[in-house]
Amino acid sequence: MHIYSSHVLVCSGTSCTSKQSPLLIKKLEDGIKRNKLDKKIQVITTSCLGLCEEGPIVVVYPEGAIYSNVSIIDVDEIINEHLVKGRIVKRLLSGNNEGNNSYESADFFKKQERIALRNCGVINPESIEEYIALDGYQALGKVLTTMTSEEVIDKVLDSGLRGRGGAGFPTGRKWLFAAKAKGDKKYVCCNADEGDPGAFMDRSVLEGDPHSIIEAMAIAAYGIGSDQGYIYVRAEYPIAVKRLNIAINQAKEIGLLGDNIFGTDFSFNLELRLGAGAFVCGEETALMTSIEGKRGEPRPRPPFPANKGLFQKPTILNNVETLANIPVIILKGAKWFKTIGTKKSPGTKVFAIGGKINNTGLVEVPMGTTLREVIYDIGGGIPNGKKFKAAQTGGPSGGCIPTEHLDVPIEYDTLIELGSMMGSGGLIVMDEDNCMVDIAKFFLEFSVDESCGKCPPCRIGTKRMYGILKRITEGKGEAGDIKTLEELAESIQAAALCGLGKTSPNPVLSTLRYFRHEYEEHINDKKCSAGVCKELLDYIIIPGDCKGCTKCIKVCPTKAITGKVKEPHIIHQEDCIKCGACLEACPFGAIIRK
Amino acid sequence: MSKNCQCGEDKICQLNKVIEEHKDMAGALIPVLHEAQEIFGYLPMAVQKQISEGLNISLAEIYGVVTFYSEFTTEPKGKYQVNVCLGTACYVKGASDILDQFKKQLKIDVGQTTSDNKFSMNACRCVGACGLAPVVTINEDVYGKLEADDVKEILEKYRDK
Repeated sequence: MHIYSSHVLVCSGTSCTSKQSPLLIKKLEDGIKRNKLDKKIQVITTSCLGLCEEGPIVVVYPEGAIYSNVSIIDVDEIINEHLVKGRIVKRLLSGNNEGNNSYESADFFKKQERIALRNCGVINPESIEEYIALDGYQALGKVLTTMTSEEVIDKVLDSGLRGRGGAGFPTGRKWLFAAKAKGDKKYVCCNADEGDPGAFMDRSVLEGDPHSIIEAMAIAAYGIGSDQGYIYVRAEYPIAVKRLNIAINQAKEIGLLGDNIFGTDFSFNLELRLGAGAFVCGEETALMTSIEGKRGEPRPRPPFPANKGLFQKPTILNNVETLANIPVIILKGAKWFKTIGTKKSPGTKVFAIGGKINNTGLVEVPMGTTLREVIYDIGGGIPNGKKFKAAQTGGPSGGCIPTEHLDVPIEYDTLIELGSMMGSGGLIVMDEDNCMVDIAKFFLEFSVDESCGKCPPCRIGTKRMYGILKRITEGKGEAGDIKTLEELAESIQAAALCGLGKTSPNPVLSTLRYFRHEYEEHINDKKCSAGVCKELLDYIIIPGDCKGCTKCIKVCPTKAITGKVKEPHIIHQEDCIKCGACLEACPFGAIIRK
Repeated sequence: MSKNCQCGEDKICQLNKVIEEHKDMAGALIPVLHEAQEIFGYLPMAVQKQISEGLNISLAEIYGVVTFYSEFTTEPKGKYQVNVCLGTACYVKGASDILDQFKKQLKIDVGQTTSDNKFSMNACRCVGACGLAPVVTINEDVYGKLEADDVKEILEKYRDK
């Protein structure tokens, strides 16, 4: 094997790829060749380091210098200065990283503990050799040659690992149920149907470290006595699908999938199944129905999948991030794993932070880290000096956490107490410019859209709730609306068939809990102080800025604007239908929405 | 496609080959529909019938599956697929203004295609590029950190192509 003295890692995750990182890679390779350095320096295509906000990201080893927002025109400087002369290009170093070269010490990474993301951004995801070089498939080897299946399950049980897909069910217990279930055929499935809007951590693991999922599924299969696995992945993630296919083929080629793995009598085959754009397929029974080739509708439980799952056989279904933890737990032990995180929720959690935050991206922190640390210390706070209002976790099944709870340690149980939930890890930050009634409406619209229609509480209930919210945001709210919303929410929670239906009222309930005054303001005063709900805003002309050009008068469809040429105009609120035509027509920015 | 094909109907032949390959696979329908849509661009009744006969699954069941999943379409789509992301991160950063602007410029609603078959518009749920919010994709191209004023210029690039 050829040894290089320096490596240039370029991110090729979805975010950086859409910011032209493939072109960067080509230009770097050409430049290195031109300087006859190609025997010394290797360019490696990696996946997401998490700093999506500052992409494309280039990391140069051995220094570990992290360059952000690198564009094509910066390539020559990196080559001439850093690669040829060994001088770090300070100008391009990641913003929070002044005076310090290595990325491990940057603010963004300091508080992180990367277990599930251990290889993301470090190895080339399309090379099985690089995965193996970082202890890849060693856990599978250890399991198959030195452990019984009971020992495997005991170890996972002992680690206290809980499902990272949202509900936090202990992974070991799931495996134990399936291991005990009687059946001639058992299945291991991986839920890679990451549907929560604003969540992209599973995609990063699939794109950055696909082999860890394959290895973990094989370990799970050995534990429960299965020989067939399925990965159900969203069709919306083309790069992830491509890399999973490459990884499966590589593993098959060298005998890490297929018959008699590691010379034992354990055999395991793995197939990929593509989703087709249905959010409900992230629910476990719906996902299995979809793999069977049917409409992805949930089934009543019991029977639980551990007894009757895919094709009516005992099945386990684990989320991508959960599986990514397995090989590490096997190698380093349950005891080690329990030293990280909290007593009830050991380990780490990956969050996709987005919305009104400076460092959008992926972070992995120990359970028990506070929201404040995630948002301010790692996320870099709120842009434009705005005030934090709430953080939304758990997607359409979750809720909002307001300022007063910023210091609560994040773990499964605390979030449920706050009326939200962990969910898969999407964390959307909202500032004073976001209207909470509008956000609740947004999530309910999502639930209406994605309800599979099988059970009436979800199909009809969410639609009724959405209707009321829509009315409120249009200034047609009535006394009693809040009470009706609460009653509907209660009925849906009690009667819906699947987890997604049961949790769909959560966004409304949690915003009602913390931001009831905003609902009351919309209903009683017909006002939206955040300035979002268009129908509740008044269009006003600022007299000092108005030059009297009459453009707005000409476009107003209801003749609500009057005024003489070269004199400030006036909008008559009683005639205004709030169409916004005047605002667009005004060349002086003299019309505002308030 | 298949060099031995005699029927002269390339796409139908391709589909038959796909059906043949998947025939013995458990839960073959959805993978076959994905490939059929890849071949034809959409899933008209004739295609569904062919799959029904090939896989021995009732047409009613196939139609049920096709209409259940939002990826599948029974209508032909425009040359350029405009996907406006309405994921949470994009939404809180003003994606609905961007969507309104596309509606205005293209004069179509979500789910519709322009009369010249050039543009189809969809509102999608999170493309996972939240660092770029608000995001719009047009076929393979990704446009991030958009403002409503950028929309017109972006569309111009495709109009004369």
